[in-house]
Amino acid sequence: MTGDEACAEGALAAGCRFFGGYPITPATEIAEHMSKRLPEVGGTFIQMEDEIAAIASVLGGAWSGQKSMTATSGPGFSLMMENVGLGVCTETPCVVVNVQRVGPSTGLPTMGAQADMMQARWGSHGDYRIIALAPMSAQEIFYQTITAFNLSERYRTPVFVMTDEIVGHMSEKVVIPPADQIVCEWRPKPKGRKDRFLLYKPGKNGVAPMPAAGEGYNVHVTGLTHDEKGYPVMSVEAQQQMMDRLCHKIDDNLDDIVMTEAHGLEDAEVVLVSYGISARTSLAAMHQARAAGMKVGFLRLITVWPFPQERIAALAERVKALVTVEINLGQIHLEVMRAAAGRTACHLVGHAGGTIISPDQVIATLKEVL
Amino acid sequence: MPATARKTMPKTPDHPLEALIRSDRIPHIWCPGCGIGTAFAAALTAMATSGLDLQKTCMVSGIGCSGRAAGYVNLDSFHTTHGRAIPFATGLKLGNPALNVVVFSGDGDLFAIGGNHFIHAARRNMDLTVICLNNLNYGMTGGQVAATTPFHARTTTTPMGNPEAPFNLPLLAWASGATYVARWTILHTRELTECIQKAIRKSGFSFIEVLGPCPVNYGRRNKEKSLQTLKMYQERTIIRNDPRMDDLEVDFTRQVVLGEFVDKDRPTCIENYDKTCRILE
Repeated sequence: MTGDEACAEGALAAGCRFFGGYPITPATEIAEHMSKRLPEVGGTFIQMEDEIAAIASVLGGAWSGQKSMTATSGPGFSLMMENVGLGVCTETPCVVVNVQRVGPSTGLPTMGAQADMMQARWGSHGDYRIIALAPMSAQEIFYQTITAFNLSERYRTPVFVMTDEIVGHMSEKVVIPPADQIVCEWRPKPKGRKDRFLLYKPGKNGVAPMPAAGEGYNVHVTGLTHDEKGYPVMSVEAQQQMMDRLCHKIDDNLDDIVMTEAHGLEDAEVVLVSYGISARTSLAAMHQARAAGMKVGFLRLITVWPFPQERIAALAERVKALVTVEINLGQIHLEVMRAAAGRTACHLVGHAGGTIISPDQVIATLKEVL
Repeated sequence: MPATARKTMPKTPDHPLEALIRSDRIPHIWCPGCGIGTAFAAALTAMATSGLDLQKTCMVSGIGCSGRAAGYVNLDSFHTTHGRAIPFATGLKLGNPALNVVVFSGDGDLFAIGGNHFIHAARRNMDLTVICLNNLNYGMTGGQVAATTPFHARTTTTPMGNPEAPFNLPLLAWASGATYVARWTILHTRELTECIQKAIRKSGFSFIEVLGPCPVNYGRRNKEKSLQTLKMYQERTIIRNDPRMDDLEVDFTRQVVLGEFVDKDRPTCIENYDKTCRILE
């Protein structure tokens, strides 16, 4: 099946039962698949009037008690950003898939790119933390969509699956394991007296339990700066406390959230850093380079946000160079440079989008560097 | 005051809507003379007397003065982004069809930035009750022109008078497919409360427009004192059931028609989805 279909199947396996969508190539197949499959499993699909409505309905779906999701591409991702902020601020678990295509604007409809990575991090206004995963195959998009749901439920936050047109449209073998082999997490549920319940009082892992609408907790949910009860408070102190809570639940659990995969780092003189479809380019390039005698390693970012800062910093201490491979003009490259902090040379293999990067391009850069 | 003295003070009688109000959030933000409180009280009274399970009843608001309503109701309440109360409410209802979902918001929120969502929710007959407090301008931001501001009215962004025509909201709701449409002013609280109650109990997309004064921002710039606005609500309105929908413009230089304009039945979005998309056992 295609990456898009595998994404939809992953969502269903994770327990997603509400999808609010809007058509956009190359993400449409996810909505199409969900429209067929959701009613079969007792869920609901709705095609909303635009992407703003799609994400708003997903937040509503999450508060109704359902695991909820939407999928889009660059232009729709831009439209969703304000409500992503509402999701972060109100600690609403949901999954947003971005099957990235070339931008800015309508770009090359609809050839692949990886140029929304910084938008994923900073797209909504204000300070906040976000979780973003980057799958590199149809099989992996299946599992990462499940992981995205689990992280969103565990940390009560929107989670992005940042895939791309190439992975989304590629047909590959996908193994769907039996349901009892899939771990599905749910948001922590409140216990104790309903009238004393505090909607944002952190429990385990810094995350507050979350009831659904209709359970008798009379919750108030607002995008205004609020206290632990959820009530708006107009003060500098309340803002600081709320932001501390929102940031701490991510920052204090980096070991749990940040996932990377290492290849040949032990003796590496140069390390490739990549994610998503470009990870496959990088892996091929690494094997070719090693066959030619070059000591090249590869660090794959499975979680792109939060960024594996310490991992990169440690590598920067001991390698000759870090080479970031991504289909953009240097977004994660900037983040690698920031983490390396001048301790090693940082190079980019990237372009403006529309096609994958070939291993030859990576090899050419490696030859210059080594 | 010593603690003992306080104990001997006569107990203030409970507000009749005490149970439905988050009294720990009072005082509210609404200005003296504002019409939102009256419409809000009508909505709460309608809910309290509707016989519905209030634990399964939610309020969703957008942004603006009326958008603050969700913050004062002691139910599951959602204060969302500007214009997006209806799609948020749509997700809430679809995710759990057992919920009764009431959207309470203002004219700017529902009909300018959120206009597209309104017509689509009406078209698909989403089972929501939408109450719009129409105060003819953007109050929260200091009185700018809205999609409902009368022709030639003065606002901070139409200092020479509004060059545009306003929406006829009941006509828009009817044309979009709403199954219940009514309009009252905050002076007509009994009729308003009855209609809200009817709308909440009715399945399908219900819309109630409530005309309410904004003396601080709209009245002041249009030479309307609070009391004059209410006098206008009394003297220049006429109750007409089954009117011509294109006669429903809000133009107080003529008469403004109030009443229950649409009350019909057609299958809701969820009923149609279940029949069309789910495989029957």
